[in-house]
Amino acid sequence: MSSFPLRIGTPDGLLFEGEAERIVCRTITGDLAILAGHCNYCTAIGMGEAHVVLGDGTTRYAACIGGMLSVMNGTCRVLATTWEWKEDIDKDRAENAKKRAEERLARQGLTDQEYANATAKLHRALVRLSVKQ
Amino acid sequence: MAANMKAVKLRIKSVQSTMQITKAMELVASSKLRRAKDRSDQCRPYFRELHQTLADIAEGNTDFSSVYAKPAAGSRSQADRYCYVVIAGDRGLAGGYNSNLFKKLEAAASQNLAGEDSPANTGTAAGTDGKAANTGDYVVLPIGKKAVEYFQRRGVEILTEDFATVADVSVADCFEIARLLCREYREGQFGHIELCYTEFVSMLSQRPQIAPMLPLTDLESDADQADAGDGAASEKKPVRDLILYEPDSTEVFDAIVPEYLGGLIYGGVCDALASELAARRNAMEAATSNAEEMIGKLNLSYNRARQSSITTEITEIVAGAEGV
Repeated sequence: MSSFPLRIGTPDGLLFEGEAERIVCRTITGDLAILAGHCNYCTAIGMGEAHVVLGDGTTRYAACIGGMLSVMNGTCRVLATTWEWKEDIDKDRAENAKKRAEERLARQGLTDQEYANATAKLHRALVRLSVKQ
Repeated sequence: MAANMKAVKLRIKSVQSTMQITKAMELVASSKLRRAKDRSDQCRPYFRELHQTLADIAEGNTDFSSVYAKPAAGSRSQADRYCYVVIAGDRGLAGGYNSNLFKKLEAAASQNLAGEDSPANTGTAAGTDGKAANTGDYVVLPIGKKAVEYFQRRGVEILTEDFATVADVSVADCFEIARLLCREYREGQFGHIELCYTEFVSMLSQRPQIAPMLPLTDLESDADQADAGDGAASEKKPVRDLILYEPDSTEVFDAIVPEYLGGLIYGGVCDALASELAARRNAMEAATSNAEEMIGKLNLSYNRARQSSITTEITEIVAGAEGV
């Protein structure tokens, strides 16, 4: 199968640069797969699982949260706010974060801002855990 | 003579203690610099990719339905207003780091004003009370204590002072700044957003920079200028490679622009921090070597004074002995 150049970057550095056969990730409207020869394309990334099939056929899973995906003249760039490979995810930390967020949400009298923060934290933790499992 | 000797001795001491401080500051700056440089290096590819992608999109964009894609509509004076995100240092003693940045900003701001104001207005702006005419025509979002102080003194309108210490600004803070900027932008408080920071070129050279961020049409003109600089034909080429946005461009822009701003600001903060430390290290290195040179000179004059006082003493003793 033909492959295309893929670059994955986050504010913490360039996490991946190389050839890939396919990238699947969750956008704001649903899951999406990019194959070689895609037309110029741009969309925003939502929260969810992602996986990349590399040029040599191996598949790597990751959690991706926020950011953008663009295809320009055959090159695919994924600029995510958070992109964590499955092997880099700290399961205990995610579980703790989940527990804390749930406790906070169970409390009464949160401001809108606090509620939004806690919900976002819970979502992030759930995404990480679902990728790890 | 003795009084002179004492004065020189005191001066040597004071220079020595100053040298100790500058040397310590140099060491602190270089150890912090290593960490800041790593962070900036790590962040650089993301920063560059982000800018490149958005510039590509701006160039290929034919759909101006999003508020971010075109200069804001509305009253002219609001749409022409600039908002500068200024990233300066927290402390002084970094050579020309802060003042170079402010000078660059002032130049850009007055240029923007000159380009857009009516001739009568530019006359006063360039005239004697240029200071009064300049202020109020742009908004700033200062990051770093020095920037906050500077704009307070100048009386420029400040968007928020919540991010006064540049060293503590995290990724999350940057995204918060971006959300704030987007909200104000959508409300039409200003029509352009530019990022003003110091680019870290190398350990020895840092360059103050102003980069356009919004609207996306500003990026396009920036790219055109770069093309013209290369000597390439900068004529507007017809756009053939249309970009597909999903679900549609407005929604995509609404989602990615805050991310994009946050990413750019974070990149700017990383670069600015590394630049500040590098500038401080260079300034302190120069100060230390100047102090060393000064101590050498003072030692020389101290010894000369000592010798001449000894000579006088001997002459006096000899003269006294002969008199007996």
